[in-house]
Amino acid sequence: MIIMNNTQIVISILLLTLGTMLTRFLPFAVFRENKEAPKFVQYLGKALPAAIFSMLVVYCLKNVQLFSGSHGLPEIIAIAVTAGLHLWKRQILLSIAGGTVVYMILVQMIF
Amino acid sequence: MEKQNRIFAAFKTAFPYTIPVLTGFLFLGISYGVLMSVSGFPLWCPLLISCIVYGGSLQFAAVAMLLSAFAPVEVLAVALVVQARHLFYGITMMEKFKGTGWKKFFLIFGMSDETFSINCSTEPPADIDRPWFMLWVTILDWFYWVGGTAIGAGIGNFITFNTEGLDFAMTAMFVVIFIEQWLKDKKHWSAFIGMAASVVCLVLFGADSFLIPTMLCILLLLGIFRKPIERAGEEE
Repeated sequence: MIIMNNTQIVISILLLTLGTMLTRFLPFAVFRENKEAPKFVQYLGKALPAAIFSMLVVYCLKNVQLFSGSHGLPEIIAIAVTAGLHLWKRQILLSIAGGTVVYMILVQMIF
Repeated sequence: MEKQNRIFAAFKTAFPYTIPVLTGFLFLGISYGVLMSVSGFPLWCPLLISCIVYGGSLQFAAVAMLLSAFAPVEVLAVALVVQARHLFYGITMMEKFKGTGWKKFFLIFGMSDETFSINCSTEPPADIDRPWFMLWVTILDWFYWVGGTAIGAGIGNFITFNTEGLDFAMTAMFVVIFIEQWLKDKKHWSAFIGMAASVVCLVLFGADSFLIPTMLCILLLLGIFRKPIERAGEEE
């Protein structure tokens, strides 16, 4: 059941947008293009990506239960397949498709 | 004419990189559309949200809030907390977005996790117009998400084939990008810091609130180990 009226819904949607866009635009608003950013920020720009990609992999797996259900086995196997395929062939789409197909087979038929 | 060719060449180069997002976003977008529609929202709600909020995790988290009483402050606070990781994306892309002119607004507006990951990790061939490449990745990903939402909210209930597990395409994409970054770096300080901070904070704070502590830990550790990390960077 929806309790809010349309105006309140639209305001809520605009606030969700505002919050999101603040986080996306803020760094660009603080450090303008024509001025050099502080050295530490420049350093972060170079050092952050590897840390962010680690964080995003963990973020994707955050709801995996290691101690119940399938114990994260489908995820572990499918990630191993993805990584193995990628180290072997270095074909991005092949690695992703292979890992995804294996994962679908695992969760639909085995676990 | 030459300009059109350049734009089209950038599109042809960009599209294959977005295919994993096509799979993942269609699936997740459809799921979101179905969820909103069974929650009783008219079609325009999920569509408007996917068009202008354009952030999967927040959109799913916001369904419950939109079903509750009007709470503007809380809505804004949740949006800021869930999306805080985008601050890192901006800091990282500042250099790459320099000189992109009018495209810059759209590049920032549409910077989802997936779009950021592709644009940050991909070095298009030298003859490809880089701003246009990044803009196409941004537009395509956004389009997949909005398209998925429209399908889900419109006709989602008629989809019958078993799609369980299809969203793993997103995880697989991040794994591949992680490996590419790993192979590119000589030393792996930053990757280890990111991994350790995420896992420890996930265990300590739980799945729903570990991102901000993780970000703070990453900042702190990158600050502490700045000297060795910068030195490792110079060796390359």
